[in-house]
Amino acid sequence: MDLNYSAEELAFRDEVRAWLGANLPAELREKVESYAHLSKDELSRWHRILAKKGWVAPAWPREWGGTGWNVVQRYIFEEELGYAGSPPLIPFGLAMCGPVLLRFGSDAQKRRFLPRIYNGDDFWCQGYSEPGSGSDLASLKTSAVRRGDHYLVNGQKIWTTLAHYADWIFCLVRSDSGTAKRQEGISFLLLDMRTPGITVRPLILMDGAHEVNEVFFDDVKVPAENLVFEEGKGWTVAKYLLGYERMNTGRIGESKRQLAYLKRYGAHLMQDQRWRDRLSRIEVELTALEITNLRFLDRMRRTGEPPGADVSMLKIKGTEIQQALTELMLEATDPVASDPLSQAVRKRYLSMRKTTIYAGSNEIQRNIIAKATLGL
Amino acid sequence: MNFDYNEEQQLLADSVRRYLAKGYDFETRKKIVAGEGCSAEAWAQFAQMGLMGLPVGAEHGGFGGGAVDLMGVMEAFGDALVVEPYLPLVLATRLIERGGSAAQQGALLPAVVEGRAKLALAHGEKGARYALDAVRVRAAGNKLSGEKSAVIGAPVADRLVVSARNDAGIGLYLVERRAVEVTAYRTLDERLAGDVLLRDAPAEPIGGSVAALEEAIDFGTALLCAEAVGAMQFACDTTLEYLKTRKQFGVPIGTFQALQHRMVDMFISLEQARSMACLAASKADAERDARERTRAISAAKLKIADAARHVSQEAVQLHGGMGMSEELKVSHTFRRLTVLAREHGDADHHLARLAAL
Repeated sequence: MDLNYSAEELAFRDEVRAWLGANLPAELREKVESYAHLSKDELSRWHRILAKKGWVAPAWPREWGGTGWNVVQRYIFEEELGYAGSPPLIPFGLAMCGPVLLRFGSDAQKRRFLPRIYNGDDFWCQGYSEPGSGSDLASLKTSAVRRGDHYLVNGQKIWTTLAHYADWIFCLVRSDSGTAKRQEGISFLLLDMRTPGITVRPLILMDGAHEVNEVFFDDVKVPAENLVFEEGKGWTVAKYLLGYERMNTGRIGESKRQLAYLKRYGAHLMQDQRWRDRLSRIEVELTALEITNLRFLDRMRRTGEPPGADVSMLKIKGTEIQQALTELMLEATDPVASDPLSQAVRKRYLSMRKTTIYAGSNEIQRNIIAKATLGL
Repeated sequence: MNFDYNEEQQLLADSVRRYLAKGYDFETRKKIVAGEGCSAEAWAQFAQMGLMGLPVGAEHGGFGGGAVDLMGVMEAFGDALVVEPYLPLVLATRLIERGGSAAQQGALLPAVVEGRAKLALAHGEKGARYALDAVRVRAAGNKLSGEKSAVIGAPVADRLVVSARNDAGIGLYLVERRAVEVTAYRTLDERLAGDVLLRDAPAEPIGGSVAALEEAIDFGTALLCAEAVGAMQFACDTTLEYLKTRKQFGVPIGTFQALQHRMVDMFISLEQARSMACLAASKADAERDARERTRAISAAKLKIADAARHVSQEAVQLHGGMGMSEELKVSHTFRRLTVLAREHGDADHHLARLAAL
């Protein structure tokens, strides 16, 4: 047993850290650190800097721009991104649509979409949730009816993150409403957001931010060549994505940065034993999560097998820790302060409640562990 | 980075588990607890398997192993609820090996390795809680007087390592068991313990003071963390089994989501605790910076105390009335985990220790 990174892994970490130190633009880092809103241009700018370095999609195959790093290196890289305060890499293209096309896409689809995803030419969003289909995703109703060389799509998606920035959306749609198992009638479609009949309506969340949207489809004509994999096999595609690359859902690098910041920001409270004890408890939870994450990585590296359902616990604990840190940050804020940072912290507290809801609510994650790991 | 036991560690853990499954199953343990409170046969077996010598240096006939080498063994002990005073032996032996004279080491350590010597650590006193320097037993020259409390294994030990206050501060002493008065009783978790009364008891000083005690107790804490993981693993496994077999309303109760989620949370607590036990053992062995070692071990014990409480309480709750019954092993695991959460410092103690760093 040896919990330490190897000399090579440490050298790799130092290389990444040094590169980030030199190449992460200070104005972007400062915006991230002060919880400021990032524009589409700012998100894209960071994407392109990483793409130019060749580090924007480490997990992709080398021929499509991947780095060939092993799972531990990829984890180190992502944690360093979070720790450095880099803007988020929007996952819908790089970590969702890209991997789906790599696994299920036709050669034509790969050639058409992957380079543009890699370079940040297309901004993607994800059309999964519907008003009546949240956790129960397989109940989705947005329909796609085959009409010769195209599908006619009608329906509505909701909670569509950054749809107002997006050039493309990948959607789960119902292509057959008559199947015995409702999962069997679902297909995976790629839609150009400029297609007539698509309307994006903002949903303003309680922090006042415009991040998510409703997306309406009204007789939208989608070329049949935009079907990924086979018709009716969309659920297989979605399930593959669930199991893909979930090693960084704990967001440990990011939480470490928040914790360090909290110690500085809340320095005036460190003499308060009750405050300090709460901070210590979160710090211990974060340490436990980090080691648990490393144990999963170690297992993956040795067995070469994809992560098991038990990695859902990384999402559960990771988001609980993020929320706890945010809550402590809120409490460290002077209740009568009105400076921009204090205001941003209060809004962040509101916004971070989403983390235990999105990407499969923490209750759904518990269902997954109960079923797949514990056999209940 | 590697979280596996090496081949030797795995083989040892497997052989200990095999022995415990046959020779220390729940029924056998019940008889041991109802009888003398510990088993000479088990002790001899442990010695034969090399457990006594494992943490002792090669120059004394041992194997020079560390906390990681003992983790798998301690997990097996936690699973089987072993009541033998093994950890007190490890702690007392460690203090002698690090502070004792060559003559003391020569006289005692080979006997420990062979399973002939039974040592215990008499340190805790009433009202001291977990403070290491709250020692009131007095040393006047080489005679000790005062009281030690809840000394695990004292009734069957042949020698005690005793902490006592002398003119220079706090010192450690070797005392013959027959030179003191021991009032034996059983702890909440059914181990054999004793209150020790010393009246001008003849003692031999060994080197070391509070720092040596702290180091030994940190090492022991790392072992306790592993033992707790073994006990929690059993609690989770047996509760999961119960959820799958117990039927109410015509279905296994494990089909109810309210219970599934609680089971999942137990499982997460166990895995988080296991991670911290790995950290504690690794740092106990390899961390040269005492502050870093303390930080890791207190962080681990804090997490393990919380997890032990969570897992044990939920295990009983999910078993319903059966969880309360003395008949089921899980209620004994509950008792052990309740004590483990407090042994060598409860969650608040380790929080305070973290804060003081």
